Amino acid sequence: MPAVDVKGLKKNYGKVIALRGISFSAEKGEIFGIIGPDGSGKTTLFRILTTLLVADEGTAVVDGFDVVKDYKEIRKRVGYMPGRFSLYQDLTVEENLQFFASVFHTTIEENYDLVKDIYSQIEPFKTRRAGKLSGGMKQKLALSCALIHKPAILFLDEPTTGVDPVSRKELWEMLKRLKNQGITILVSTPYMDEAALCDRIALIKDGRFLSIDTPANITAQFNQKIFAVRGLEMSRLLSDIRAFPAVKTCYAFGDSHHVTVETGQNELQESVQHALYLYLLFKGHTNVEIEKINPGIEDCFMELTKADVV
Amino acid sequence: MKVITAENLTKKFGSFTAVDHISFEVEQGEIFGFLGANGAGKTTAMRMLCGLSKPTSGKGMVAGFEISKNPEKIKANIGYMSQKFSMYEDLKVWENIRLFAGIYGVPDKEISHRTDELLKNLQFEGQKDALVKSLPLGWKQKLAFSVAIVHEPKIVFLDEPTGGVDPAARRQFWELIYQAADRGITVFVTTHYMDEAEYCNRVSIMVDGRIDALNSPQNLKQQYDAANMDEVFHRLARGAKRNSD
Repeated sequence: MPAVDVKGLKKNYGKVIALRGISFSAEKGEIFGIIGPDGSGKTTLFRILTTLLVADEGTAVVDGFDVVKDYKEIRKRVGYMPGRFSLYQDLTVEENLQFFASVFHTTIEENYDLVKDIYSQIEPFKTRRAGKLSGGMKQKLALSCALIHKPAILFLDEPTTGVDPVSRKELWEMLKRLKNQGITILVSTPYMDEAALCDRIALIKDGRFLSIDTPANITAQFNQKIFAVRGLEMSRLLSDIRAFPAVKTCYAFGDSHHVTVETGQNELQESVQHALYLYLLFKGHTNVEIEKINPGIEDCFMELTKADVV
Repeated sequence: MKVITAENLTKKFGSFTAVDHISFEVEQGEIFGFLGANGAGKTTAMRMLCGLSKPTSGKGMVAGFEISKNPEKIKANIGYMSQKFSMYEDLKVWENIRLFAGIYGVPDKEISHRTDELLKNLQFEGQKDALVKSLPLGWKQKLAFSVAIVHEPKIVFLDEPTGGVDPAARRQFWELIYQAADRGITVFVTTHYMDEAEYCNRVSIMVDGRIDALNSPQNLKQQYDAANMDEVFHRLARGAKRNSD
């Protein structure tokens, strides 16, 4: 039995279509990432799975229970950390945790082992009101509160949005340790580079899943030849590459531009690469380097959503 | 020409030193990346540079004005945009442009002409009467950026402008930044996307209220023997003592 089993979920808000028929299943003990930009439907999906919202169509089974019929059972079995801080600002750190423990008929002591790793980092501030905590500490408290009843499945809605790279890394290390303790984790994020930290991912855009697979399989399915191109004048390089006839797409990717090209049936990738190199020299570029690379998740996401790009 | 000069700029809240004697200069037309972990003091520093918060000590010149003496002059000569606040959702596209152009002091006679130009540049003419809330986030952010520079300010401050924006729109956004910099507008930008740090001419990294590194991405990578800016950031920010905010 999968931890989460979803078939054909649809949800509209008036004229706005949030989910256009989503199906997937997440296995027990896996970190399943739902990756896509703001407004793609991630939060709606999480609210339906945590029984806070009812879908217009489709079914969802969480830990063996139906999200509509058995919502009370599900609420006992899942932990949910929404994107916005939703703890009680006027209660202290310790009071918040105690409150969530008692709502779920348990105590901090009983499940301390599970939260120790995270809660011990904020325990020195346990008499501070939650509203007075820094962003990083609020997040740790929220995660502790979502875990205190020892849920089978943890839902984390954009836990790393607006968080700096170092704190993001820390959070992912915590998630890995929770997974090792047997908890299934569904996590959403707009950061494509976090895909590699999930066992499997679903790429989502405009209420639709574009692809569901392991990160390695998704990048393996990328069916274009892709090059990284560098030069001294990166901005001018971008427009010149785009003007080259064989180039299909060209996007800035940090210190290089990622370029996909059209190759004729008998044309070698090397010859296109060489032609592009000569063309850029002719355009007056210096220090030009072109290398064949393996695509990342962000390349795949852009390829899958190419039709949307205006 | 220097458009930002900070000399030992410091901000204390009680006994807490949020910004601790930072000094740096930004040239006209430069894209300057202002990085740091949450809680490092970026927002406080940026608020001082925008004339919204008075420094406890130190000196800062922005767009030719002293920040503690002429904050109102500064506000009129800069543009500002953040992910959290950009435009009024319940106003139409043209109404937002009209409103912000007016606030930024663009003469009434010029506003309709600039509105057309702005929309044309974004290839967005067809959406003039659309409510801002009906636009996809990527479009909203591109529009908000164009509105923030509708008065051709000397400097535009961008506070995490691309958070949550889809990958293609995020890149289109940076192309707008390049266009603005080519026109001589200085761009001062914060981001948590380390690939975007590579697009800046120079980058500063704040740790615990201080600027611990400032150089071009290329030189920073060499200096810290790092493959990319993500590694540079981790090396520096790992040493932070302060709790993140």
